[in-house]
Amino acid sequence: MMERVYNPVFVKELKLRFRSFKSFSGLMFYLAVLCVFIVGFLLVTTEFTGRGFFKPDISFIMFAVLSIVQMALVLFITPSLTAGAISSERERQTLPILLTTTQSSTQIIIGKLLSSVAFLVLMLIAGLPLYSLVFLFGGVAPSQVVSIFLFYLVTVLAIGSIGVMFSTITKRTIVAMIATYGSIIFLGGITAFFFFLTIAFHGMTAAVGNSWMSYFWAAINPGALMLTLISPEMGEGLTEVSGVSLPVWVTYLIVYSLIIVFSLTIAIRKLRANMKNNR
Amino acid sequence: MIEIRDLTKKYGSFTALDHLNLTLTEGTVFGFVGANGAGKSTTFSILATLLSPTTGDAFINGKSIIKEPTEVRKQIGYMPDFFGVYDQLKVDEYLDFYGASYGIPSAERKLLIPQLLELVNLTTKRYEYVDLLSRGMKQRLCLARALIHDPNVLILDEPASGLDPRARVEMRDILRHLKTMGKTILISSHILPELAEMCDEIGVIDNGKLIAHGNVAAIQAQLQGEKRIAIKVTEKLVEVRAFLEEDPLISAIDVVENRLEIVFNYRGTDAEQVALLKKAVMADLPIYAVSEEEKDLEDVFMAITKGADSP
Repeated sequence: MMERVYNPVFVKELKLRFRSFKSFSGLMFYLAVLCVFIVGFLLVTTEFTGRGFFKPDISFIMFAVLSIVQMALVLFITPSLTAGAISSERERQTLPILLTTTQSSTQIIIGKLLSSVAFLVLMLIAGLPLYSLVFLFGGVAPSQVVSIFLFYLVTVLAIGSIGVMFSTITKRTIVAMIATYGSIIFLGGITAFFFFLTIAFHGMTAAVGNSWMSYFWAAINPGALMLTLISPEMGEGLTEVSGVSLPVWVTYLIVYSLIIVFSLTIAIRKLRANMKNNR
Repeated sequence: MIEIRDLTKKYGSFTALDHLNLTLTEGTVFGFVGANGAGKSTTFSILATLLSPTTGDAFINGKSIIKEPTEVRKQIGYMPDFFGVYDQLKVDEYLDFYGASYGIPSAERKLLIPQLLELVNLTTKRYEYVDLLSRGMKQRLCLARALIHDPNVLILDEPASGLDPRARVEMRDILRHLKTMGKTILISSHILPELAEMCDEIGVIDNGKLIAHGNVAAIQAQLQGEKRIAIKVTEKLVEVRAFLEEDPLISAIDVVENRLEIVFNYRGTDAEQVALLKKAVMADLPIYAVSEEEKDLEDVFMAITKGADSP
């Protein structure tokens, strides 16, 4: 049974990743940033006296900002872990040998993606003890934390898939990395710009009915979904503005699942691009 | 058995491989000679299922490289001319990874790895990191990797390139051993003269076309065109030279005075050569030794690829 689900690329990648100093330092940097933020937040809140009290609503603000900081870190780190998946094999001339093994293109691509995602999940888990500080002061429901972590997982899988896709279709890792960061800028920044643009346009033209476009731009923006998960009122606000009552997370899940499927399909098809039978 | 049928590979207007046809029986050791860019690596890449031909097909033990690439991969062990290794893997982990990649069960891999390391003389390096190995050791490790799934066919693209003389000898010894195991081996090399003794057949490729194919002696005879003959005399060097100059089949006469030897090119048949020697004896020329200088494959290679880029 184990032999059947065993993915050699996944195991090899995990070994290589956990033996590299870069991974260790990356994890350390990630936790250090979270620590600095939490300690700084606590010090500012207690006015550097070490005394005073900590209200649950302040704890909620810490949770909200911590979640956004963590999301930004995850979005920043994911391309560096995935954009070299295939192109780095090509650059160090190990790809031709890998492609002459009997592993299918799907196995190789999935192994590469999952190993990167596994490392990111480890980072998120390593940050949990810091997150638990939020519970110490109350104000946040565990279900909120769970939904935020599920959101991270979907986002990491989607961005990771985009990274692996660019890594497969471009020859250089640096190009794949730039393209993946470009995609993040589009999903995180440009969609927000389009959202405000469509809202303004909808208001100016005094159009009657729902603004599906503004809803769509907000629904595929990780920041917007994060805000609606942290504060459900934000979701209600969006419904009010756009007139669309479909929960944002549903659209987000559908679109990001499509991104994952599309990116992985391209990557699998292009891995053995020089062969007519490329599966 | 390997069957290459009308294999052509084009990159735009450039033809890298031009209607290549070749059939090799099981257990044959085939040496592929050609200048850089002649089409050797393209042929090997196609056979290794890394590249699709523009037209034509190739079959490894009856399996088409186009229609059944996964089946072909089970039958071949491929060693490219340039390859990298994973820096942070140990030698046994490296082999274990590729063994798993061929679907070999874990228990079987554990037994196989020490055997393969023994075959390529790397037993003592089993727990060392791959990137700490010398070039020659990496080449041998790559060969062990190509053998991990016990393929029938080995495709070795320049396996001895960049190796020092000792490492070359070690590689050659391993290849000889593989030959005794009955593997079909396709090998390209710039040191083919060294490998000639172990090759059953040689193919010469130039500008994507197979211009000669056969056993080593036949290829030499086919391509040499004329023989280089050396005769030794006890005296009368000038007279002997004058005698040879009269024969229209003789050219490029060189006299080595200090050794009382004359070397010349002869393009006649064996019968004509007998007649020439008889005539020399009748003319009372003091010839006491006649020998044919053997051209090695490198000379042949250089002669036939004249005009192409030198390797």
